[in-house]
Formats: sequence, C-alpha cells, structure tokens
Amino acid sequence: MSKTNPHADKSSRAPVSQQSHVVNEPTSPDAIGAQIRVVIDDNEIKVPLGTTILEAARQLGIHIPTLCHHDDLCVAGVCRVCVVEVEGQRTLQASCAYPITQPIVVKTHTRKVRQARRHILDLLLSEHYGECYSCFRNNNCELQALAKEYGVDFFRFGHPEKPQHEVDRSSYSVVRDMDKCILCRRCVRTCIDMQEVGVLEATGRGDKTTISTYMDKPLGEVVCINCGQCINRCPTGALRANDPTDEVWAAIDDPTKHVVIQTAPSPRAGIGEEFDQPAGTPMTWEMNTALRRCGFDKVFDTNFTADLTIIEEGTELIIRLFKNLVQNDSSLPLPQFTSCSPGWVKYIEHFYPEYLSHVSSCKSPQQMFGSLIKTWYAKINDIDPASIVSVALMPCSAKKFECNRPEMSDSGYKDVDYGLTTRELAQMIRETGIHLPEMPKSDFDDPFGTASGSGVIFGATGGVMEAALRSVIEFVTGEKVENFYDHADIVPVRGFDGCRYIELQIPEKVGPVPEIIQHLVPNWDWLKGATLKVGVAHGTANAKKVMEDIKAGGKFSECHFIEFMACPGGCLGGGGQPIPTTPAIREARAQAIYAEDAAYGKAGKARKSHENPAVLRLYGEFLTDGPCGHKSHHLLHTDYTPRGKYIG
Amino acid sequence: MTIRNDMTLAGVKAGAGLEAAVKMDRASVIGVVRDSGMKGRGGAGFPTGVKWNLAAAAQAEQKFVVCNADEGEPGTFKDRVILSEWPGLVFEGMTIAGYAVGASEGILYLRGEYTYLCQSLEKYLHERREANLLGQNILGKEGFDFDIHIHMGCGAYVCGEETALIESLEGQRGEARNRPPFPVNTGLNGMPTIVNNVETFAWAAAILANGSEWFKKIGTEKSTGPKMLSISGDVDQPGVYEFPMGTPIRDVLAAAGGEDAKAVVIGGASGHCIPASEFSRAISYEDVATGGSVIVFGQDRDMLNAAENFMEFFADESCGQCTPCRIGNVKLLEGIALLKRGKCSTKYLRDLCSLGETMQVASKCGLGQSSPNAFLSIVKHFSHEIMNRTSAVNAIGVSNE
Repeated sequence: MSKTNPHADKSSRAPVSQQSHVVNEPTSPDAIGAQIRVVIDDNEIKVPLGTTILEAARQLGIHIPTLCHHDDLCVAGVCRVCVVEVEGQRTLQASCAYPITQPIVVKTHTRKVRQARRHILDLLLSEHYGECYSCFRNNNCELQALAKEYGVDFFRFGHPEKPQHEVDRSSYSVVRDMDKCILCRRCVRTCIDMQEVGVLEATGRGDKTTISTYMDKPLGEVVCINCGQCINRCPTGALRANDPTDEVWAAIDDPTKHVVIQTAPSPRAGIGEEFDQPAGTPMTWEMNTALRRCGFDKVFDTNFTADLTIIEEGTELIIRLFKNLVQNDSSLPLPQFTSCSPGWVKYIEHFYPEYLSHVSSCKSPQQMFGSLIKTWYAKINDIDPASIVSVALMPCSAKKFECNRPEMSDSGYKDVDYGLTTRELAQMIRETGIHLPEMPKSDFDDPFGTASGSGVIFGATGGVMEAALRSVIEFVTGEKVENFYDHADIVPVRGFDGCRYIELQIPEKVGPVPEIIQHLVPNWDWLKGATLKVGVAHGTANAKKVMEDIKAGGKFSECHFIEFMACPGGCLGGGGQPIPTTPAIREARAQAIYAEDAAYGKAGKARKSHENPAVLRLYGEFLTDGPCGHKSHHLLHTDYTPRGKYIG
Repeated sequence: MTIRNDMTLAGVKAGAGLEAAVKMDRASVIGVVRDSGMKGRGGAGFPTGVKWNLAAAAQAEQKFVVCNADEGEPGTFKDRVILSEWPGLVFEGMTIAGYAVGASEGILYLRGEYTYLCQSLEKYLHERREANLLGQNILGKEGFDFDIHIHMGCGAYVCGEETALIESLEGQRGEARNRPPFPVNTGLNGMPTIVNNVETFAWAAAILANGSEWFKKIGTEKSTGPKMLSISGDVDQPGVYEFPMGTPIRDVLAAAGGEDAKAVVIGGASGHCIPASEFSRAISYEDVATGGSVIVFGQDRDMLNAAENFMEFFADESCGQCTPCRIGNVKLLEGIALLKRGKCSTKYLRDLCSLGETMQVASKCGLGQSSPNAFLSIVKHFSHEIMNRTSAVNAIGVSNE
C-alpha cells in the first residue's frame, strides 16, 4: 500500500474509489519478494512492490506535476494532470495512482503527455471563474502555478465570464466559493477520510458534478467542525477562512479603540513560511515588533492563558480524580477530555454529545484571555472595557467560530472580538510593507508578558498533556519533574502517532498538597503508587478511534486524562496556518515549538505553568478564591451544547 | 425486440455445461474456456479464460462472480433478450465461473430499466435452488457452494464500467476505480472478483456443454465464436441477430435490410462510425470490435446530429470524476453546436479533435476513453459534410464565440 496513505483502512468512510487499494498479488513472478526495477526517463531505480510511479519519480528527483494528489490524503487519480506514458500501455497512466507491481519503463514528458496535461489545464481553466489578482491565493495557487509551468497563454476552451455560484459565507470559519472549485476532491477526502467528519461530498453527475453539503445546506448549518483542514489542502481559492482583517484595520485606525492582540504559539512557528522562510523558522520576537508597527496597542502571549489553563484544567483533573477514586462520586466522570481545541469541541458536540460531561469545563486559552482582558486587564490599567477591541492570532479557523459562541461573553462584552489566522496576519504585515524576518526583536507586553515553556508546547500534539503532567507531577510528588524526566521533557507523550496511550507511575513517596489547591484535597496519600493513564489523539479521525474505544470499554476508557486536538499535528497543523501543509512541514513547525520551550529552560525562564509569575500574580490579585474557585468559574469556565449529528 | 435469425444458444442443452464442469477439476474448466479463445462479449474483448485464471490464482477468503447486466450502451438490447429467453444459461455460466475461480457468491447487476425482468429471474433462481443447481454441494459436488442474487442498478451508464459497478454494489457513488489493481485481484469488498457480460456467461455454459473445439470452429482465429448483435436504426428489420465473428458489416446490413446505409455506428455511443466505403470491414476484435450495438444511419441522416446526440449523452453520463471526461465531453458538445451554426474554424475543430485524442488516453476509465470515438470518427469520415457547413457561413471565422 502506498505509504502516503496512513488513513485508508477498512474502517474508513472514504469512497473506495478514492482510497488507494491494497495490492494483494504481484502480477509478475519477478516481483515476488524483490525490489522492482523501474526505468523513468532513462533513470533506473528499484522500489518495493506497490510504490507508485509518482513516489518512484520523486525518489529519482524527477518532477511530475500533480493537482488532486496530496501527501496527507488517500489517492484519487481524478485530475489526471500527473499522467505519464508506461511502455506497452495504450493509455496514459496517473502516476499518483499507479502501483508498480512489475518492471516498467516510464516516460514523463513525451509529446503525448505534455499535450494531455496542457489539455487538462485548458479544461480546468475553462470552468475556473475568477481573476488571479483578486484571489487570496494569488502566487500560492497550484492551478496558477501549473498554468505557468505549462505556458498557458490563452484560454483554448474558453473561460467563464460570470460567476455561476453564490459564495457561501454562512460559516464563521470557512468560506466556500464554488466558482473556483476544480473538483479535485481534496476537501472531500480531507473531510471524510482524514477527519472523518463527512460534511463535503461530490454530488451530481457529468457536467453537473459539484462538491456539496448535506442537502446543499450552507456550511454554517451542517455538522462542519470548522477545523479548516480543507482550506489548507484546497489547491485553489475555493475554500478560505472568513477574513475579518477589514474590521481589525478599522479598529486599529479608530483612535478611540484600544486594540490588543494575543498570539498563540503555533503562528510564530509557521508565519515565517509566508515570508519565504523555511518551515520551522520561529518568528516570535520579530512578530511582536511587526504587530506593534501594524498598530496594535498591546501584544500579549496566549501562552499566559495556556499556563492558566493548565492550572485550571489540572485542578479540575485533581477534583475529578478525587471524586471518582476517593469519594465514589462519578458526577464528573473520567477520563477528562481537554477542551482547548474548538474543532474538537464542536466535533464532540455533534458526534458524541453523550460524552460532553467528560470535557473539561475550562475555556480554551483564547477565551480565557478574552475574559481577562476585558476584566482584570481593563481594571488594572483603568481602561473602559467597551473601548477594548480584543484580537486573537490563532493557527485556527475554528477559533473564529469559538469567539462568536454566544456563551463567550462572561466579561460582560464579547470576550474576543476577532480571530485572525496566521495567513491573515501575514497579509496585514505585508500590507504595512514590513518584511517580517528583518524585524528587530521585542518582547511581549505586561502584565501577561512572561509565559512558560509549557504554554509554548500547547501548539504541538501532546503538548497540553506534557504541560499538564509537568505541573501535576510536581504538585503530587513535591519534586522537580527533572528528577523523573531529563530537562523536564516528557518524551513519551510526544510524537506524531495518531492515538497514543501512556502510563505513568506515581511514586510511593508523595509531597504536601500545594497551598493553591489545599482547600480541594487534604493530601496525596490516595495517589501513592497509582498508575496515571493518559491518552493523546490528534486529527478527528483519531479522536473517533479513541471515542469508539472508550465506548467499547477499551484501554482508553481506563484513562484519566485524554488530550484531543482536531487538527493533524495539533495546532501547528491548524486550518489557519500557511498553505501548503505536509507531514514534513508540520514536523518542522513542531521542532520550532519544542526548541522555543527548550530555550526557556536555557534562559532560566519558567518552563512549567505553575511557575509562571504572572499566573501567580493573577491568582493573588484577582482570582483570589483560587483555581476552579467561584470567580474562575465565572470567567474561565464554560459549558457545551449537545448538537447531535442530525440536522433538520 | 424480435429475434431475427437462428440462435445457437437456443440449441444449447440446459444443464449440460454445469454437469460437464463439475466432473472436471477447476483448472480444467478454466482450460476449456481458455482453449475456446472466447473474449469478453461486453466489447472490451479481454480473454475470458485469462480473467478467470487470474481470479482463480488470487488468494482470498472470499471471491465474487458478477454478471454485468447493466446493458446501458445506446443501441444495445441483446442482453435483455438473452435474459428473457435463456436466463438459465446465464446463471449456469455464472455457476461454472463460481466453480472455476472458487467463488461462493454471484451477483447479477441488473440494469434499472430492466426491473420488469426481475420477478421472472428471481423465479428462475428459485427453481435452480430447488434443483440443487444453486446452493450447497451443487449437483452433489462436495464443497461446491454457490448462490446468486440480483442487485438492481439505478440508471447510471457508468455503472456498466466494471469498477464503477463494484463501487455501486458497495453502496458508493458509481465511479470508476484506479486500475491497477484489477477486480480479479481487488474487487468487491477488496476481494477477487470477476465481472463478465451476460452473453459471456451464456457462451461459457455453451462452451462447457459442447467443448472448446466447437466454439473455436466458429469465427476467426483471433475472434472465436458467434456474436449477438443488436441492430437498430434505418433498417427494414431491426432486432437481435447472431453472426459468426468476422462477418463483414455489409453482410450484417444485408441481413437486416439496410444495404443502402450511409454509415453505421458500431459499439454504441462509445463506438466507431463506419462509412459505407468501409462496409467490407468485419465485426471482430481485430477489426471493428463491439459489445453488440449496430446503429444504422440512412442516406438522409445528418451525421452531425448523430454526433450531437452521442455527446449530449456523454456530457450527462460522465461520472464527473476525472477532468478529461467531465469537461472534455462538454467541450466537444459545444464544438458541435458551433459546427452546426457554421461558427467553428478549422483550427478550433483541430483543437477539438486533439482534445478528443487526449480524452482517449488520459481519462480514468473506459467511458471517457471511448466517449470521443463517435465524434472523432464522424469528423474524420464526414469532414466534407461538416466543413461544407462551416465554410458556407464563415471559413476562417472566430473559433470560439
């Protein structure tokens, strides 16, 4: 099986026509157990059975253009741009979908191939409405790039003069413009196969084929979880995030408004890509300067509320553990699920509403920050909260929906006014004439200035779990995490495996209960020698696997705490991050994130959430009844809406 | 539709083929089919014995035999006649195939429009089960279990393409799969599956009954056996005919009373248009291959109208999956509209023909690969008729208004 297809298995809901198929039987006896000889454009290579022509060509450094193919997705073979000539075959073969099972000779750019590719582009362009210069994907569009590659200088088979479809702006997160759709079905495969949500599907036949939702309802009215993974994989501008930059500019230009921005960890690891930097180039401090030059009055670090989340969510976990294990009270059931990922939250609201009591009541770091800015920050700086415009820079399209949830107004105002994606901020920065990598470095603003390394790693899958464990281990044992894990790196929870299950042994020797939560538990004796079981899942297809395992009473049902992220790789692979995305790009971003965490340690700064001095100040001055206390509950916690998957 | 000449199938003794088969081992059954030289009667002409052998060789816990009765090619109706007249032979052929490849389940994928046949076919199946011709230990052969059920199609032309048919059987949109792997290896539910035409199964039963030599004597060296044809259009006696493979088109037309035809389209909408000057060509896999459709066009027919009719069909019936077929057919159809108004330049017509050639090689499945055939062959053979129309209005005019 193609190794680029980690998601296709029998449980997958993707149409079989769009899955790569398992090759059962080699068709040539020469192939059995051997590496197969392939000759591509006179270059020879030996590849394992089932390798596609495209993969073999890439290994040889031979470029074959692709459009419907994506490294994250199962094979489709529908656009036909990647066709090549295989000696002895009458028809051209789609190199992305052709598994090599016997020795073959391939030519990638014969006249027949070039002509076919040019025709296919001409045909796609004959149905692709829009002008490149008025498209947000200008200069980052795969169709445009192919048109250049194949020297398209006129529309051989015509070009639409008028739009045929209305743009669907019903969703807070994702905008669909079907006039730009070229029916490559990457979004369909992303939604059904990779995320197992299944909002988008091809409907109609022949020239009436379109990508549609259930009953062609607007995206805002179906079970879309707003993860935006379809945006990241769309080769054209047919899918994009709902862009609020005009409103943000208007607020910045309004002298009566105090415009603050909080920035999540993942955009820093990704935004460099928008300025021609290699993936994984961190831009944290340059971005701070750029944001000030754009006109934001204050630049804050969402990691502050990530740390706060750890304290609140960790405390909630301790409460749940104590209730279930000691008091036999299962009103707050285990395992506890994280609530930071708004895509995951909407996923569980739709698909597993009966499990909502497992979801931590903690708001996400974005929304905690929103509540605090218009209360505590406004109060200590004597600013009218009504004049504050609170912007959140996120790697995420679902955050746009989250900040518009009606319940997210505990400050008395809309807690977060606008969610900006990494891509949208990059656009704002470009508009101001700034080349980001050349910016001088500057720090975040107080009072939230200092964050810990634990907040940073929230951006990677397993990061929330690692951050929580760093604090929980120290709370319970009274010892430094470093005594258990070198450099406090809890490596077992890291990595990119879709579903991870980890057991951690709590030692026999426990410490005193820290002052901050003394009112909640008397001592740690009940945790002596216990095994803490935790899980991590990223991408909702993997979340589904874990949820089904829990339903079936599998090992994940015995977990105490499970981290769920809607996007592959965690937030760093979010739907608001720069396009393109591949496993390699996400890995590079993860390295940038872990490097920043490690740098906190080297610089002698806090790496654990409970050591964050600003968090401690907040509890001392404002949330005086402590974590999960009355005030914290009012501002930092929320509840959820059981939505179900059936829509009227 | 009327049966117009003597049908070999009518003389085949029911049950004889299956009885002969179960007396042999599986490899020998496949050997008989292979030796007969029979190629698939659906039109593509893949050797049936080779297909069965591949499926027999594949290792799997389950295998399937599928009868493609989604007879959707315009101008084809011989499968309907076979299913009405000799359904026993079709089921017998499927059962023999099940024995040969080691399948226990057979499925008849019946065209949606043939729902009226369903009840009588179910009755036949019931009778065969009663007679132990289906079910367990068939004809007393220990361990030979095989049963057949009917699955109704829903009217999509593309579901006649074997991998789209399998998708449809699995409850998905009818869309062709990537090949390789082929159904003989990875078919229904990922299991080895043979998909054969109705007529192929009927002949398979006949071959087992009468022997491969009997079949091989009919037809040509490369195209053995008789072929049933559905003849329609401008002929005196439209209907289902049987001819030996290798029969010249002229003789076919003479039998049906259409000697003075201007052209025939052989192989249905996805087939080729043959002008009168080439009526000496033969119906065979090595010359003019067909699944059975012969549409006859009289002297006063406008071939451009015929091409338009075919392209309208394909623009609608393309599954919409791959680019060349989904948009290519529309462009050819629009090109015909330009030709009809005399607004298509010779240059643009060349572009369209070149596009048609791309569709033939770059489309994902047989539908797109064959959909431009009729257009291309009509333009080739009737360019005079078509271009006269163009030059009459505007010889070098704007190509694409």
